[in-house]
Amino acid sequence: MRNYHGGVILAIDSSAGASVAVLDAGGVRAQWRTAETTTHAEVLAEAVALTMRDAEATGAGLRGVVVGVGPGPFTGLRVGLALAQSLAEVWGVALYGVCSLDSLAQRAVNQPAESGTSASGEFLVASDARRREVYWARYRADAHGFAELLEGPRVSAATELPELPVVGVGASLYPQDLTARGAAESHWLPDAVELGQLAQRQLGQIPEPQRSGEPTAAAAGTGLREPLPLYLRESDAKVPAQMRAKQAS
Amino acid sequence: MSETFSARSAPLVLGIETSCDETGIGIVRGTELLANTVASSMEEHVRFGGVIPEIAARAHLEAFLPTLREALETAGIELHEVDAIAVTSGPGLAGALMVGLSAAKGLALAADKPLYGVNHLVAHVGVGLLDPHENPSGGPAQEPSGHRAGNPGAEPDAEPDAEPEAGPRGMRRLPENTGALLVSGGHTEILRVGSLTSDVELLGSTIDDAAGEAFDKTARLLGLGYPGGPAIDAAAVAGDPHAFRFPRGLTMPKFEGSAQNPGKHRHNWSFSGLKTAVARAVEQFEASGRPVPVADIAASFQEAVVDVITAKAVRASLEHGITTLMLGGGVAANQRLRELLAQRCAAAGLELRIPPVSLCTDNGAMVAALGAQLVAAGVTPSSLQIPADSSQPVQQISV
Repeated sequence: MRNYHGGVILAIDSSAGASVAVLDAGGVRAQWRTAETTTHAEVLAEAVALTMRDAEATGAGLRGVVVGVGPGPFTGLRVGLALAQSLAEVWGVALYGVCSLDSLAQRAVNQPAESGTSASGEFLVASDARRREVYWARYRADAHGFAELLEGPRVSAATELPELPVVGVGASLYPQDLTARGAAESHWLPDAVELGQLAQRQLGQIPEPQRSGEPTAAAAGTGLREPLPLYLRESDAKVPAQMRAKQAS
Repeated sequence: MSETFSARSAPLVLGIETSCDETGIGIVRGTELLANTVASSMEEHVRFGGVIPEIAARAHLEAFLPTLREALETAGIELHEVDAIAVTSGPGLAGALMVGLSAAKGLALAADKPLYGVNHLVAHVGVGLLDPHENPSGGPAQEPSGHRAGNPGAEPDAEPDAEPEAGPRGMRRLPENTGALLVSGGHTEILRVGSLTSDVELLGSTIDDAAGEAFDKTARLLGLGYPGGPAIDAAAVAGDPHAFRFPRGLTMPKFEGSAQNPGKHRHNWSFSGLKTAVARAVEQFEASGRPVPVADIAASFQEAVVDVITAKAVRASLEHGITTLMLGGGVAANQRLRELLAQRCAAAGLELRIPPVSLCTDNGAMVAALGAQLVAAGVTPSSLQIPADSSQPVQQISV
């Protein structure tokens, strides 16, 4: 994190399992995670309290709060975003979104594959989107050891993905359609530690924002996103026939 | 906190409500209403003819911070000044509840304030304690005072209950023997409220659709649009409420029994049979190529709903020693319900209280009002680990 000039960051992800990390320029001060997917509303706030305590960090002393914006199951995803919004609002610090799939991409870059690399160095991250589909994005490692997003995130059937090595649970869910980069990598879940690291890198390249709680314009396009969920799908509610008839008339 | 918790030092509480399609944030100081800010996603549900949970949950997340900021500005306070954060933990739509609950936990954690996860239904009753004349600047125009109907002079011994009494720490409390009739798109319940903070009992409820849901479904059937309550109310004006005799659910003797030997569903409602009966009536007209008498059906349907709700609520009240009945929920805006309930309460010697409509529909002020009562009563706050409980029972006032 050569360009990063300090400041403590709280990172939260609830896009699959849930995780919390507090990082500073020196690395990870404290971290917490669970693979449970249905307890976010209960456990995440307490986990933030514990992790902040372990890290001996104060909210008002943070450089910012970073939150994974998915894609992922909507209900759990919103739990993390709602929590992060409130924390940043009360503490008066900036809130940044990072695509949760970027976490796996960064881990893949941090831990180069022993086999299964593509000639281009490109690879895919694929996570479970349920309904026989995956959330996915295409990446490569840049010259500085960071994952660079090339395409996505999208949601589609596993059969529709480009033919590249895959990390993330998508590879273990659809082994007939996807080529795993490695066996262990097919069980990776997004994690707040890497989201925090990616955000630190971006924040090192942009000036400290006014403490207005809004990301600066420079943040856009550099991996930091608006702290809004990447749903990628509309609500699947269908307009009832009676209402359609009325709206057509 | 001092022994005599005067009005000035009554607890300042922020309340959060996201159990259905309203993102509500309210702020009270004891029983004084300081802000009642509501953002509704109702418009987004219109084309579906009913609330879509996923759309409601998305809207809550988007609306939360703007609604919070507006409420704080209206009340003229900073979040750090509040004594507690109260939030609806249930019952309601799970995904919608979780947005408000998680946001509330974030506020409580970041500002280091106690958190109270409270019951949505009991909060509807708690709103009855708010000073009726408050009209916070910036908020929507409210009716000047709670609508009241009663039978003045008939029961002089009921007079001490006419005003909320002073409770501990200068907080007012409900009159003794209070009951609450809650009628909305998600609920149809009659409660006995011995104490807002420690004694609430469910006397009866719908066993299938909520009354407001029946209004929505029937309005859809009649092509009257959404939400169904106001649409049917308006269409019924020109109709004959006795043109059709639609069924009053669960009124057969085998369900009702007697006061001494009550049947299983004596105080319960059912609206699914009514909805089906309306559908059959519409089909008969359509099959024979005759125009559907929309106004008559709307009026007759509304009469059936309102008749059975009020008859059962008044009887349940009388049989459980209730002397003051409070009406809450969105269907409290229905003119015919207000009219018939007032008539029947008066005839039965019950005092009826109806808060302004803006406080009857889902809102954060009611959550804050109940939260303030819990704080004043010294109830233990909730942990940061409380779950959203989509079917939280009414006896569970806080979690």
